[in-house]
Amino acid sequence: MSNNERSLELEEIALKPLVKPGLGYNIGLASLAVVVAVGVLFYAGQLWKGLSVTGMQNQVFWGLYITTFVYFIGISLAGTLVSAILRLSGQHWQSPVSRIAEVITGSALIGALLMVVIDMGRPERLLNIFIHGRIQSPLLWDVIAVNTYLFGSLLYLYIPMIPDLALCRDKLGESVSPIRQKIYRLLALGWQNTPEQKERLEKVIGIMSVVIIPAGIAVHSVTAWIFGMTLRSGWDTTILAPYFVVSAFFSGVAMVIVAMAIFRKAFGLEKYLTVDHFKKLGWLLIAMGLVYGYFNFAELLTEAYKVKGHELEFLSMFFTGRFSMLFWLFFLDCILLPVFLMVWPTTRNITGITIAGVLVVIGVWFKRYIFVIPTLSLANTPTYFDSAPYRASLPELSITMIGLAGFALLIALFFRFFPAIPVWEIANEWDKESAEISSINSVRLGKFKGGAK
Amino acid sequence: MNISRRSLLRGIGLIGLSTTVLPVIDKISGLDSKAVAGGTKNSGKEKLTKQWVRIIDLKKCDGCEGLGMEPQCMAADRSVYHRLEGEEWIDVKKVHGEGDSTYWMPIPCMHCENAPCVKVCPVGATYHSETGTVLVDNRKCIGCRFCLAACPYDRRFFYWEKRDASPKDAFAEYSPEFPLPPRMGTANKCVLCESFTKDGKLPACIGGCPRGAMYFGDLETDVATNGQEVVPLKKMLAEHNAYRYKEELGTKPRVYYLPGHGQEQGREPRE
Ligand code: SF4
Ligand code: SF4
Repeated sequence: MSNNERSLELEEIALKPLVKPGLGYNIGLASLAVVVAVGVLFYAGQLWKGLSVTGMQNQVFWGLYITTFVYFIGISLAGTLVSAILRLSGQHWQSPVSRIAEVITGSALIGALLMVVIDMGRPERLLNIFIHGRIQSPLLWDVIAVNTYLFGSLLYLYIPMIPDLALCRDKLGESVSPIRQKIYRLLALGWQNTPEQKERLEKVIGIMSVVIIPAGIAVHSVTAWIFGMTLRSGWDTTILAPYFVVSAFFSGVAMVIVAMAIFRKAFGLEKYLTVDHFKKLGWLLIAMGLVYGYFNFAELLTEAYKVKGHELEFLSMFFTGRFSMLFWLFFLDCILLPVFLMVWPTTRNITGITIAGVLVVIGVWFKRYIFVIPTLSLANTPTYFDSAPYRASLPELSITMIGLAGFALLIALFFRFFPAIPVWEIANEWDKESAEISSINSVRLGKFKGGAK
Repeated sequence: MNISRRSLLRGIGLIGLSTTVLPVIDKISGLDSKAVAGGTKNSGKEKLTKQWVRIIDLKKCDGCEGLGMEPQCMAADRSVYHRLEGEEWIDVKKVHGEGDSTYWMPIPCMHCENAPCVKVCPVGATYHSETGTVLVDNRKCIGCRFCLAACPYDRRFFYWEKRDASPKDAFAEYSPEFPLPPRMGTANKCVLCESFTKDGKLPACIGGCPRGAMYFGDLETDVATNGQEVVPLKKMLAEHNAYRYKEELGTKPRVYYLPGHGQEQGREPRE
């Protein structure tokens, strides 16, 4: 098959979901929308009655909302890792996945902002953060960092998409509504695929991928410092920022694997998202998981050796106490099982790696939960009244689902209107490859000629 | 010069013992303007006109067990500010000391000089007033609860639900010094009865203590009173080995404890 034919086939496959998505896709979309709608109803109740509809109280005053906020922040590093860091290190294999990763980043950041607003006692005073903001509060650092990263990520999503938008403009034609045609035209910015434009685009993408990395690292460090700047066991530790960055890479990669598996099936992208992608991301996942496990070990050992202050009560909650089940399950579910699935050749296939991804995506959420809740469960002063242990309430769960289902909904909706794989980038790779092959051939030929002389 | 004038004024303070004592402190601080201007600096840049502190004499406090009542400081706080159980701004806790001893420890907000709760507030809703008191402006608070996370003494609370204002409060004009009626979705904490002390009255918890175990004083003018006697503040701290709770955290609490019941002095009590 020539490159040209290959490109045509690719275009057709990539654009099909934009015109007529499958039934399963529509059902999925509808059920997500229902979950979000129910959550919104409960949220209206929370606005009316206050945060007392949740299980939170004066002792454990942050619950599922903040847990999910931290979770989303972690997931959002996916885009940076896959499309920026790997690109800079001269890898090309990840280009078909890069858009999925970037969309995950954007949606996760929007989800994170949403969770924070949901958690606020006075959401209508959101603007106070900008009017009365005080820069010494880590919360303000977070607001600045998250918004910068969100803006950067959306730009980084949009710019490499311009040629594909031009493709939509040129190829979709009458098959989509006139409004959509107009939007594609507008967004494509007059892209004509000239070599000059291509060169400029590559340059901008190169610059963006350098700029986005510090922004991504900053978001995770700053989020860690919201907790790290307090004087509480479990949070009051210097390792927290790098620990957050690593766990963010970890959960981010896992989310990319899961999304890849879903869209591969849903949109029939088997040809472009191959087992090779899964394997490479799988190894990345394992590497991050092991570093994460190591950080956990380093942190726990130094605390458990000294048992300073409240540390003994704190650690025993994990090792044997109330949170021990989740704690030990985490290591099984997020480190041991994925490593096993990856290392054993029989499970080192798409199914096995997807299972590993799902395990991590779920496990990390619970890990966030046992990051937030146990620390708060430990009173700082001898307690007079025994406050009841925190238990999330039903409205709280449902409201949290606005974030989780909304996140999935955003991603799904995005790919209803924009191609899931970067068509031009893949085609570009093919062109480069064949150019390389022909140049290699000519070199060989030259050698041969030289030898004959 | 400064010192001798202070001891002189202390004498005046002791004379005024029989009447309400706070106006005396007020007067003294008005006279001794030099001490005010050059006084210990707050963590912020602003000069403090006063530095209210509390001294809690643990030898005297018995959690009102001897009287067969609930701790009266808590009761006073509850009735003035309509606190619910579990969110009293001052809490009296039974603590185990060395050698099987137990003692009672009232834990109010420490009005930390280097207050973690003030540092972390993203909108400046929690702030130091010019007397060093840490207040919350419930009109500004966005309800993020970061301050609850930051306080190492668990002395911050949150209005989780809508509360009916008592008829009296419903018409009270809101001010951070007297933050009633409660506003849903905002943080709250001890206000050291700023609205009372302005008028020369003692804070509710101090007036409420039947044992006179709690003293209220001003570091700037160096006098303190429990409503029954006036004492030289710094001398009292020095003579009774005063310590501050979790001092090692660097929060510079403005509550001093006088040990004497087998407390582990200067250290955290064990539960
Ligand atoms: S005791 Fe807690 S609430 Fe009071 S000033 Fe210190 S940090 Fe703030
Ligand atoms: S809850 Fe209110 S007072 Fe506390 S940190 Fe947030 S905005 Fe400031």
